Amino acid sequence: MLHSRAEVKPAGDAARRTGDREATWPHNASIPNNLVAGVGTPYSDDFKMTASRAADRPRDYPHRHLLGIEGLSPADIVGLLDRAEDAVEVSRQVEKKRATLRGRTQINLFFEPSTRTQSSFELAGKRLGADVMNMSVASSSVKKGETLIDTAATLNAMRPDIIVVRHHAAGAVHLLARKVDCSVVNAGDGIHEHPTQALLDALTIRRNKGRIEGLVVAICGDILHSRVARSNILLLQALGARVRCIGPSTLLPVGLDRFGVEIFTDMRKGLDGVDIVMMLRLQRERMNGSFVPSVKEYFHFYGLDREKLALAKPDALVMHPGPMNRGVEIDSEVADGAQSLIREQVEMGVAVRMAVLEALGSHLPNT
Amino acid sequence: MATAHPPILFNNARLVDPATGRDGHGSLLVEGAVIKDLDWGAVAGVPEGAEIVDCGGHVLCPGLIDMRAFVGEPGAEHRETLKTASEAAAAGGVTTIVCMPDTNPIIDDPAIVEFVQRRARETAIVNVCPAAALTKGLAGKEMTEFGLLQQAGAIAFTDGARSVTNAQIMRRALTYARDLDALILHHTEDPDLVADGVMNAGERASRLGLAGVPREAEVIMLERDLRLLRLTGGRYHAAMISTADSVDLVERAKDAGLGVTCGVSINHLTLNEFDIGDYRTFFKLAPPLRHEDDRTAMIEALARGTIDVVVSDHNPQDVETKRLPFADAADGAIGLETLLSAGLRLVHNEQVRLPALLMAMTSRPADLLGLPQGRLARGAPADLILLDPDLAYTLDARTLKSRSKNSPFDEARLEGRVLMTYVAGRCVHRYVE
Repeated sequence: MLHSRAEVKPAGDAARRTGDREATWPHNASIPNNLVAGVGTPYSDDFKMTASRAADRPRDYPHRHLLGIEGLSPADIVGLLDRAEDAVEVSRQVEKKRATLRGRTQINLFFEPSTRTQSSFELAGKRLGADVMNMSVASSSVKKGETLIDTAATLNAMRPDIIVVRHHAAGAVHLLARKVDCSVVNAGDGIHEHPTQALLDALTIRRNKGRIEGLVVAICGDILHSRVARSNILLLQALGARVRCIGPSTLLPVGLDRFGVEIFTDMRKGLDGVDIVMMLRLQRERMNGSFVPSVKEYFHFYGLDREKLALAKPDALVMHPGPMNRGVEIDSEVADGAQSLIREQVEMGVAVRMAVLEALGSHLPNT
Repeated sequence: MATAHPPILFNNARLVDPATGRDGHGSLLVEGAVIKDLDWGAVAGVPEGAEIVDCGGHVLCPGLIDMRAFVGEPGAEHRETLKTASEAAAAGGVTTIVCMPDTNPIIDDPAIVEFVQRRARETAIVNVCPAAALTKGLAGKEMTEFGLLQQAGAIAFTDGARSVTNAQIMRRALTYARDLDALILHHTEDPDLVADGVMNAGERASRLGLAGVPREAEVIMLERDLRLLRLTGGRYHAAMISTADSVDLVERAKDAGLGVTCGVSINHLTLNEFDIGDYRTFFKLAPPLRHEDDRTAMIEALARGTIDVVVSDHNPQDVETKRLPFADAADGAIGLETLLSAGLRLVHNEQVRLPALLMAMTSRPADLLGLPQGRLARGAPADLILLDPDLAYTLDARTLKSRSKNSPFDEARLEGRVLMTYVAGRCVHRYVE
C-alpha cells in the first residue's frame, strides 16, 4: 500500500508504520500520482484536515514542502515573514532554544557545497530543537538521476521529518520530494529557485523599508545563472514591488521580458530611482570572455561602486546573497558601507529558515 | 590648426553627394575643417582672402571611406606602415581607413587601440579608425573587452581575415555587442571547408591542379551568422561576400528586417578566377576570385543596393610572401590607391551609376560606422576629393605609394584619377602628371 502524506488519516498513518512500504517502494519504479500531486502547488484539498485544525491561525502555511516561491500565495509569503519576525527575537536572546521541533529529525542534504546556507539551516533547526544531520554529497560522486532517487529512498528509510536539499540540477529537489514521505525544503536547485534566500531578502527589505509594495528593486548582474534572481523576481512581484533586471544581454535569460520585469543593459540608466540594489555573484569561469569579456570590463560597466550607487535613490539599500566577489560585482566600499544590508541578510537567513522549518513542522504528523 | 588656413572655395565643380544621390554643377566653400557652405548651380559669394580652386567641371565629392584595410603597423612595418598606407589612401581618394586588427601585437586591448590612434595622429595623412579584435588573440575563443575597446576608440569589432567558427561564441559576441550598439564585421569563410583550397573550386582550379575553395565555405558561414543574428539582434556586417548565393541570403535577411549589411571587395567586382591566368599570385585572395557569374551578381547587387559597401581589402604582401608557388603564396592584394579607379570601370561600363558607386564608398560606410564624413553637407567634415572620372592611364605598380607593390592592376588600363584629396580642409594629395 502506498500513501501520500495527503491521504494520511489516523488509520492510514497506522498502516504506514506496518512496514509494508519498505517491502514495495524501492522496487517499484512507478510511484502513484497521488504521491507526487501538488509538488510546487498549494495542497488545497489534501491538507483540509490540518487546515481546518489551524483555521484560526492566520500564519497557516498550507503546503507540505517549500520547493519554490512559485506556487506560494502572497498570504503564504507574508505568513512566513511574520513568523520570521518572531524568530529574529528568539535568535537575539541568550536562550535561543525552542522545543517546536523537539524529537524531529532534519537532514541537510547538500549535493553542492555551501557553507552559508547549510550552517544557516543547521542553526535554524537546532534552535527549534530538531536533531540535525548534515550530509554533504560530493557532486562528482553523484551520477544524477538514479543515484538521486536511491539516495532519496535510503534517506526516507531513516524516517526524517524534514529534508533540506541543495542540488546542482534544476528540478532535482522536486524529484526528491516525490520520493520521500517527509517535508522537503529547497535550499537551491540549479539555476531554478532558492526560496529561502528570496524570503530572507524580503524580510530584510521589509524590516528596513517597512514595506515591499511599491518599492523599485533592481536585481543586477548574472541573472541567467541565478536561482536567487528567479525566486526574488517571483516573490517581490507577488508582494507588489516593481522589479528591474540589469545586466549584459549575455547574462539575461531568454524570455526575461515576459517575466514582468523591466530590463536594462545599461546599469546607470537602470539604477535611476531604485530603492533596493540587489547584486548577484558572477562565477569566475564566466568572466573571461565566455559571457563577459573580463573582470575589468564587467566591473567598469556592471560593478556596483559608489558612483553608480549614487544614481539610485539617496536612501537606496544594497544587498548581496553572498559570497561576494569584491572588485568584480561590488566594490568593498559599497559592500561595507552605510547603505549595505549584506550582514543583516545573514542574520535574517537564520530567522527565515526557522520560520520555514516551524511552518512545515506544524504539518508533521504527531502520531 | 584649422584657423590657420584661409577658406577654400571650390568653383565650377560637378558636385556629387552620394548621401542624397544629387549630382549637379555647383560650388562648395570650406572653412577650417568643415564644409561651410555649398551651392548647387549659382556660385556662392567669395569670402575675403579665400583660396579659389577651379574644379574645371570635374567631380567634387566626399573622400572615400574604406572599411577594410590591413596595415602592417604595428609588427610588419616592412610591408606597410600607417604612414605609407595613408599616402596610398590619399593618392586613391580614400580619406578614412578602417584598419584591421591582424597586427602584431593584435589590436585586442584598449592600449593597442590607443597606440594605433596615436601613431596615426603622428604619421598618417588621412583618418585612421582601428577596428578591434572580436576575440582575444583572434583565436575565436573568448570575446574581447568590447565596452572598454569602444571607449578607447575602436570603431568596430572583427577577427579580420579570420572567421569565428564556434557558433556559441559568435552568438554571445553578437548578444554582447548589441548592448553597446557595436558593429561586428565578420569574414565569412569556414576554415574547415576552405582547408587547403587556394582558388575558387571548379573547372579552372581542377585544370590548374589547385585545390578549390567551394562557395559553400562562405555561404554556410554566412547563413549561420544570419540565423544567429535572428536570435540575438544587433548589427552584423558580412565583411566581403563573393558568391551569388550570398547575395540571395543577405537580400532575404534584409527583407526579414535583420540588422545585416554586407560588403564586397573591389577585386570581386572587377576580376574573376580567369585573371589568375598562369598562377599569378597577386590574384590569390580570400575569399578567392570567383566565376564571372558571381562577379556579375556582385555588380547587380551593388547597383540594387543589396551590397552596402565596397572595400579595397588592401593587404600588402612582399616578395617573400608572394613570389612563391601559387598554393604557398599569401592571400591578399593592395588596393587603397586603385579602389576608385577600378570601381569606375563599372561606371564606364554603365553597370553602376557614379552616385551609387560613391555611396558604397562614402555615405554608406559612414552610416554603418557612425562617422560624420561621407556627405556634402553644411557642417560635415571637409574630407573631399576632386576626381576626373575620364582621365585614362596605365598603372605602373612601381609608382604606387604603398610599401608593398602586390597590385592585381599592374599594367592595367584604368580610367579615372583623383586630382586632389582634402582631409579636414587640408590638401593631402595633388596629382601631377
